[in-house]
Amino acid sequence: MKKKVFWRVILICVTIAVAVIFFLPNTPLFRHMPEWWKETMPRKGIVLGLDLQGGLHLEFEVEGDKAVEITSERYAMEFRELFTEKNIDASVRVHERTIEVSPIRPEIQNVIKKDFPTLTAVEKGNALLYKIPDREASQIKENAIEQALETIRNRIDQFGVAEPTIHRQGENEIVVQLPGVKEPKRAIELIGKTAQLEFKLVDDEAPVAAELPATVLPGEEETVLQQFAEKIPEGDEILFEKKENKETGAVIKLPILLKKQAVLTGDLLSDARVNIDTRYSEPYVSITFNSAGAKIFEDITGKNVKKRLAIILDNTVYSAPVIQEKISGGNAQITGNFTLEEAKDLSIVLRAGALPAPLKMLQNVTVGPSLGRDSIEAGKLAGIVGTIAVVIFMLLYYRFSGLIADGAMVFNVILLLGAMASLNATLTLPGIAGIILAIGMAVDSNVLMFERIREELRAGKTPGAAVDSGYKKAFWTIFDSHVTTLITAAVLFQFGTGPIKGFAVTLSLGVSINLFTALIGTKTAFDIILSRMKVKALSI
Amino acid sequence: MGKRYYAFILSGIIFAVGFLAIIQIARGAANLGIDFTGGTAVQIRFEKPVILSEIRTALEEKGLSDFELQDMPVERKVLIKIKRKEEKLGGFSEKIVSVLDQKFSDQHLVIDSTTEIGPKVGARLRKDALWAIMAATAGLLIYIAWRFQFRFGIGATIATLHDVLAVLAVFYILDREINLIVISALLAIAGYSLTDSVVVFDRIRENFKTRFREPVVTVVNKSINEVLSRTIITTTTTLLAALALYFLGGEVIHDFALAIVIGIIVGTYSSIFVASPIVLLWGGERPFAKK
Repeated sequence: MKKKVFWRVILICVTIAVAVIFFLPNTPLFRHMPEWWKETMPRKGIVLGLDLQGGLHLEFEVEGDKAVEITSERYAMEFRELFTEKNIDASVRVHERTIEVSPIRPEIQNVIKKDFPTLTAVEKGNALLYKIPDREASQIKENAIEQALETIRNRIDQFGVAEPTIHRQGENEIVVQLPGVKEPKRAIELIGKTAQLEFKLVDDEAPVAAELPATVLPGEEETVLQQFAEKIPEGDEILFEKKENKETGAVIKLPILLKKQAVLTGDLLSDARVNIDTRYSEPYVSITFNSAGAKIFEDITGKNVKKRLAIILDNTVYSAPVIQEKISGGNAQITGNFTLEEAKDLSIVLRAGALPAPLKMLQNVTVGPSLGRDSIEAGKLAGIVGTIAVVIFMLLYYRFSGLIADGAMVFNVILLLGAMASLNATLTLPGIAGIILAIGMAVDSNVLMFERIREELRAGKTPGAAVDSGYKKAFWTIFDSHVTTLITAAVLFQFGTGPIKGFAVTLSLGVSINLFTALIGTKTAFDIILSRMKVKALSI
Repeated sequence: MGKRYYAFILSGIIFAVGFLAIIQIARGAANLGIDFTGGTAVQIRFEKPVILSEIRTALEEKGLSDFELQDMPVERKVLIKIKRKEEKLGGFSEKIVSVLDQKFSDQHLVIDSTTEIGPKVGARLRKDALWAIMAATAGLLIYIAWRFQFRFGIGATIATLHDVLAVLAVFYILDREINLIVISALLAIAGYSLTDSVVVFDRIRENFKTRFREPVVTVVNKSINEVLSRTIITTTTTLLAALALYFLGGEVIHDFALAIVIGIIVGTYSSIFVASPIVLLWGGERPFAKK
């Protein structure tokens, strides 16, 4: 009997020690530990949730359909190239996911079939409608999401947030958590920017170019586009350059006629850096193309001297400077009246790459740091007061045994904190509530036992026998009640998000640990006392 | 058990109000948090005390309508909610902040938090919450039926449902916001209430195995009385912890703590006055009878 007790005591001490080691990083003590400790022992401890630390929680949907549309447009362009090459006269138009080719001629069909075997075709009137087959479409969507994930990670990496969480959720959603981020708005813009960089030649030669109005007020772009829709030659488009007067805040747009086909795109960049123009102290972004891009750049600039090359980001023209001479070396500048931050963010976004499809924001929760601090303080206060109240109550009602129960409660809390720290679990405000609730419940098992023991004593058993049988009888009740709570916690964990998951974690851990301490802790204490002292009456 | 008819009346009322609350929730007429409706919520802490009507007129002047204001005067915080769904998130919260910044330019405003939830997420959270509740109920019913007998499972389930409805009813009457955190409190209460019922059932089963000459009602009654002291102690200790949360835990936890407090009290009541009587009413042969 004594030996069993001895081993249980060892077990208790070991678990306490392990729990403390894991929880140490969360206490100010950790800083004072010697270097070797900080190297080998656990360093991370419990992580504070967003509602306690402050930060940003974003959920995006990746619009995979748009990615498929973009691919369709790319195919359409390749059709046009193919037709020009083979001297075929046909019109190609894209409408969402279908590419309309007219007129219907067998040679056209064969040409397309040879180079694009996967596309399906359907006849409609005088035209053939080509569509990307479903399997390829879902592949495109899948790739889009993976690539979006990568790109967002890159951007956030460069933005510099400590311990961001970025992961995929469900079929086409991405969750981003940025704890402690100081400028949430800037971060959101940085993540959501599609960042499609394109270089297109300006078409100053078409007659309609001279007819375009010099400036357009924001909001009237649509009317201008409709007005000139028929007049622009095929293969051209109108985009707008934005000019903002930094002092008055007035914004005007300048329409520019461009050749639709981009001659260079952002994926050919190898670097983008912020520099400051010494003459006007204005920041700009200097970009460097990779070797393939540099060659194309040299080619284009060589063939189009004195023409204008428009630099376009997300379908807005940033600038359209005149090509003075052939440029080799693959360097160019993007200017646009940037603030230093805007230039920095642009360079980040160019370096990290463009998003393959637009992101639609589904949820945005921003918690300021002060709210988190207040909540932690309040939670701590409630925890301490609650604990003291329970301790006093137990002492009063169960006397010395109450002290044992209180000891078991402390044991519980230490183990719970240690367990959470070992899992690097996230602590949220409901999680703190879960801990406090678990404290109340921890006492419950002991109450069940004590009441049983009291009954057995009343029935006339000796202290030792009363403890034993009281314990045995109470055990299954304790087990049942804990399992039911665990089931609830498991459901909460499965279906809850963020803070609620935190509650489920602390509740499940608390209840499981409670089972452990109920088995080992309280009984052991009684056994020790009973075996060492001649107890005539239990203080219970 | 003699008092059980009074109990039925009281519980009947609770059920009625609770169901009313649920219907109103389903219609969207109750005070639902934006977790479920979608929308924007901005919480701001003011340096000096402000009058709600000032905030209201300031926002209305700038074209914002359809918003709700919730006042937390002790901490000088105001919660502004717009339940309208935006397709593209971001507009409302920015507007609210800039309008109030301008209007109260003599104070330093601290933005505690902004929450923007698109309609898709709101719908998904609603669905998830519903599934959670159903799954928990099913799981618990199965477990109890297995550990005891089927009628006990029914009794426990109805008692739990009763507790959840009671909390919903109180929230509805007090017009407190029902959001995800409150739902998780409800689930925690369900588990807790079940614990209580299990303890009572356990004793009932034990007694049925020994006192086989006594009538069913007497056995049940005796069992309840025997566990009464334990039930009261446990309720008291858990209540102490929950009350500490309610009074001291800060306003974010406030509603959560309220739900837990109500749940604990009602849970105890239901284990005694609802779960066991239903077991009795269910009829059938004597439970746990030796064959």
